Amino acid sequence: MSDSLYEKLGGEAAVNAAVNIFYRKVLQDETINHFFETTDMQKQMAKQKSFLTMAFGGPNSYTGEDMRKGHAHLVEKGLNDNHFNAVAEHLQSTLEELGVAAELVAEVMAIAESTRNDVLGK
Amino acid sequence: MATLNYKQQDYICQKNETVLDTLLRENLNIAHGCRQGVCQSCIMRSVDTNPPVAAQQGLRENQKQQKHFLSCLCLLEQDMQLEQITESEFAHNLKVLSKQMLNHDTLLLRLLHDEAFTFKSGQFINLKSADNTVRSYSISNPPNKQLHIELQIRLLANGRFGSWVHNEVEIGDNIPASSALGSCFYNTERQEQGLLLVGTGSGLAPLYGILQDALQQEHKGAIHLFHGSRQAKDLYLKEQIQQLVSEHENFSYTACISGEYRNEHEEHYSQGRVHEVALSNYSYLNNWRVYLCGHPEMVKQMQTQVFLKGVDMNDIYVDAFHLSSL
Ligand code: HEM
Ligand code: FES
Repeated sequence: MSDSLYEKLGGEAAVNAAVNIFYRKVLQDETINHFFETTDMQKQMAKQKSFLTMAFGGPNSYTGEDMRKGHAHLVEKGLNDNHFNAVAEHLQSTLEELGVAAELVAEVMAIAESTRNDVLGK
Repeated sequence: MATLNYKQQDYICQKNETVLDTLLRENLNIAHGCRQGVCQSCIMRSVDTNPPVAAQQGLRENQKQQKHFLSCLCLLEQDMQLEQITESEFAHNLKVLSKQMLNHDTLLLRLLHDEAFTFKSGQFINLKSADNTVRSYSISNPPNKQLHIELQIRLLANGRFGSWVHNEVEIGDNIPASSALGSCFYNTERQEQGLLLVGTGSGLAPLYGILQDALQQEHKGAIHLFHGSRQAKDLYLKEQIQQLVSEHENFSYTACISGEYRNEHEEHYSQGRVHEVALSNYSYLNNWRVYLCGHPEMVKQMQTQVFLKGVDMNDIYVDAFHLSSL
């Protein structure tokens, strides 16, 4: 465990640092922010922490099936590859702003990419 | 092995079994999600012992102080009595000490509480009227030796609870009340942080409590209070707040009027909606702590705006008043 991707990134502290930056980018992006409309920002923030924890290779128990179910209501509203790419870009630029080494960024992006079909219900 | 007590029942936690697992094994209906300490849906509160620090990761300072913890992360080292956070009964009786109008439609209700009732100003309580109407009100004063709490009750044209308090409640009556709830209150972490307090209407109640608490605890950073309403006659506590301004260099107050306003009494108001007036003062808000109370739409918009201006989400405290709670 000591050299897992999650640990190398800095664990929970890294997720906490990233989530504010990441979520700000998402909320300012007119092409996707309507998916994140919510009455309870704090809860939405906790979900985005789950997202980052998973992408960072951290402890989570989500299966592909969970990802499918969890985003199905968004696919109904038109979630497509463009939206997925936008989220992936925000994830990447968040990591770059935090000064994460390029090879670790690549690992995170690979995990995110591996969920594409489930997230988009394909 | 430790024993946990939940709803007057004892349950034994097996070795390496979390509190959540124990309760689920006993077929109790406990909200949960990730089981990894991330989603926070399994949050509970200890009534007696302090929860293990490891079970409080990711919680806010105010929640930690209230002994909240994530049951999916909690391995018990000692016995604990716990409850779900949403549970609220009417365990207290508060005695009416006085009623006084603060403006044309806001009533200050002063109540006496028992020793067992503890609170932080800015938290809210649920009160039950004689006809079983339940309403939440924020506590607008800090804890004190006299055991007084103050509530600001907005009297709406057909508000059942308000008219009951106004017309039927008499000095000396007892009103059933819950424990103090919510995490919208001041804490002494990082006292050099700027505090931005923004409220509409009776959203001033929790803010006035938080303000007094922060001043009493000698908060070091700036404290900026913005209070907004439609008309000048809806504002209240202006003199008291101005008094605090004159006593504290780090505190400023801006009263905002969103409706039509003529400067008749040479009083100074800012024209505009309160959150817009407040926001126009800051190009960024990194490191500030923000409290937002009152109209749900204002709270939501402002929450997004201050977050985008650099406030950490964990430093934003909100209390949205839905219409039935006004
Ligand atoms: C890049 C791959 C993605 C992964 C790994 C991912 C992962 C997750 C996870 C773990 C959750 C939390 C689920 C829960 O516990 O309820 C979540 C929620 C959410 N995701 Fe994603 N997600 C991805 C892409 C996207 C995209 C492209 C969008 C929209 C543009 C999106 C929008 C949302 C929303 C709105 C929620 C909250 C759902 C709700 O409120 O019920 N996600 N995601
Ligand atoms: S179940 Fe998600 S934090 Fe406990």
